[in-house]
Amino acid sequence: MAEAQLSLDPSASQATQGRRPTTADERIFVASQWQLMWWRFRKHKLAMVSGAIIIGFYLVALGADFLAYADPNVSEAQRSLMPPQPIYLFDGWRFSPHVYAVRGRRDPMTFKRVYQADPSQKIPIRFFARGFEYNFLGLIPTSVHLIGVDAGHRAENTIFLLGTDVQGRDQWSRLVYATRISMTIGLVGVALSLFLGVLLGGVSGLYGGFADTLIQRLIEILRSIPTIPLWMGLAAALPREWSILQIYFAITIIISLLGWTELARVVRGRFLALREEDFVVSARLVGCTQMRIIFVHMVPSFMSHIIAATTLALPAMIISETALSFLGLGLRPPAISWGVLLQQAQNVQTVAISAWLMLPALPVIVAVLAFNFLGDGLRDAADPYGH
Amino acid sequence: MLTYIARRLVLAVFTVWAVSVLAFAIIQLPPGDYITSYIAQMAATGSIVSEQEAENLRIQYGLDRPIYVQYYKWMVMIAQGNFGMSMEWRRPVGEVIGDRLWLTMVVSFAALLLTWTLALPIGIYSAVRQYSLGDYLFTFIGFLGLAVPNFLLALVILYLGFVFFDANIGGLFSLEYQDAPWSWAKVWDLLKHLPIPALILGLAGTAQQIRIMRANLLDELRKPYVVTARAKGLPEAKVILKYPVRVALNPFASTIGYLFPYIVSGSIIVSLVLSLPTVGPLLLKALIAQDMFLAGTIVLMLGVMTVIGTLISDIILVWIDPRIRLEDT
Repeated sequence: MAEAQLSLDPSASQATQGRRPTTADERIFVASQWQLMWWRFRKHKLAMVSGAIIIGFYLVALGADFLAYADPNVSEAQRSLMPPQPIYLFDGWRFSPHVYAVRGRRDPMTFKRVYQADPSQKIPIRFFARGFEYNFLGLIPTSVHLIGVDAGHRAENTIFLLGTDVQGRDQWSRLVYATRISMTIGLVGVALSLFLGVLLGGVSGLYGGFADTLIQRLIEILRSIPTIPLWMGLAAALPREWSILQIYFAITIIISLLGWTELARVVRGRFLALREEDFVVSARLVGCTQMRIIFVHMVPSFMSHIIAATTLALPAMIISETALSFLGLGLRPPAISWGVLLQQAQNVQTVAISAWLMLPALPVIVAVLAFNFLGDGLRDAADPYGH
Repeated sequence: MLTYIARRLVLAVFTVWAVSVLAFAIIQLPPGDYITSYIAQMAATGSIVSEQEAENLRIQYGLDRPIYVQYYKWMVMIAQGNFGMSMEWRRPVGEVIGDRLWLTMVVSFAALLLTWTLALPIGIYSAVRQYSLGDYLFTFIGFLGLAVPNFLLALVILYLGFVFFDANIGGLFSLEYQDAPWSWAKVWDLLKHLPIPALILGLAGTAQQIRIMRANLLDELRKPYVVTARAKGLPEAKVILKYPVRVALNPFASTIGYLFPYIVSGSIIVSLVLSLPTVGPLLLKALIAQDMFLAGTIVLMLGVMTVIGTLISDIILVWIDPRIRLEDT
């Protein structure tokens, strides 16, 4: 922090040389490091928007069962490959959201199931309607959902916001549930990579010498190996009889075992840079213990860099999980993740007929982009004194 | 320079060793061995393998020995050019893999080449015309390239080709050349099919390289020597291409070593979507069937090829940039 006060924004100090400091300048002088970072981050509009999108994603993950209107695992051959149906918001001039009743039959020529909406039968959509039972936030048992239909109908048979898959499961409901797994698997994986990265990167940067050489070579070796074949091999070796939860953690471990290298490099770089800083040297001279130097003096000043690097590591984790599950080697049904949903889109013939099966690609792309922009913004803000 | 190359070589040898251990671990990890799944497979078709037969098979394949002995035997076999039998295909692994390994490398190398040829001029353009319409356009495409996983991109392109051109743009050969022996016509056919997979594979790398090139060149363009060169009346093209681009090229080139493994890695999964005759689909099948020698050999070969590719690009880098030669001696 000591160097922070000295190398403050040069334009601000120049501006104050000839005159009394204005209140705006004073605000900058007394602001804490985190405050400066926040001001800097606020200027990065794209990162702000991305941050909001990410928060939105996690809110969806939290309230997945409330946002879903159909049980994601209930399959029904009668509703197989139903195209998306819009919800009509107005009936004439009156606000009354409704959908048309849909009848399905088999085309006698092509043997495909075709569906026809019947505009004469309007089924009203209710907010906060009753649906399948679940525990809100895992605690409160309830059956209230954001949208639903009256007691006479079943939401599974009437609302098809994003269509259904081959087994007739509602895609919107599956998508919100998939958000829960896909968005958290990255977090767990990144936490593990962070632990490995900070530990090994820290040892590497702090002690140098032989340990440093060894760890650096290890990183180089890991980075020059094509990872996907390795992931595939390791994931294929997971026992078939494992539960969803076991597979979930095993996959995160596999992904992070090969993914910690970038974080380790950032940490090592920071340790190397800080080791020679005046405030660290003076801490050492006044006789601080090694632990105190690391955790009280060094860690706070590179915390922000770590957060930025972690954010930038998240999208790679999400893509890895999606890729593995897409191949059928990652999470397996009944687990629902974006990759598992995309597995249905593997065959181009299926996709050509039912294009909505590709929809789960959209959240993957949006989430990855948002994490990238957010990470960029955080990285800029992590060093609020630079230009 | 020799010390540098020697150091790289030693590292490459270690990497190959690490890959071989990992490949062997992959083979060993699944519970049971191949004989277990072989027995299950035979039972499914109605024939029964007796305990004695199973034991004999285990001894024949050396599955009864300690792990390090099995590893050693595997290594010795590979050194002799014998990759074992693919138990699923009942043919030698080398024969099953056949051209697929080379085609994997051809596709990956084409993607790498495309990455260079696209990223360099676009990176220079984006830096020189900073904040122009073109710059924004390429930045946008670049971000999209980073965010869209390449297998999804392959899927979308395949879908578009199917819907708008009613053509299957997957594969590496036209039908008539698929099983034909190699000829110039077949090579030409391959070249015609190469651009789409190469573009899909290379897009993410290209996006990243454009950003690196743009950032490096922007740093250089602000330096006083550029102003001096311009003030002395050098033609603009020469001012930019002769000095700042050459300096900016170095960090750009140094990332290539990491790009190659990344592309090879991506080619596995893209091949599955585009049904390219590379090792990708074979690897997936082998892993699902627990065909250990085939899967292990593919992982090992991919690793070795990648290490060689990286080594070559490292050596090219030393040749381009004399500063590295001095640094590491």
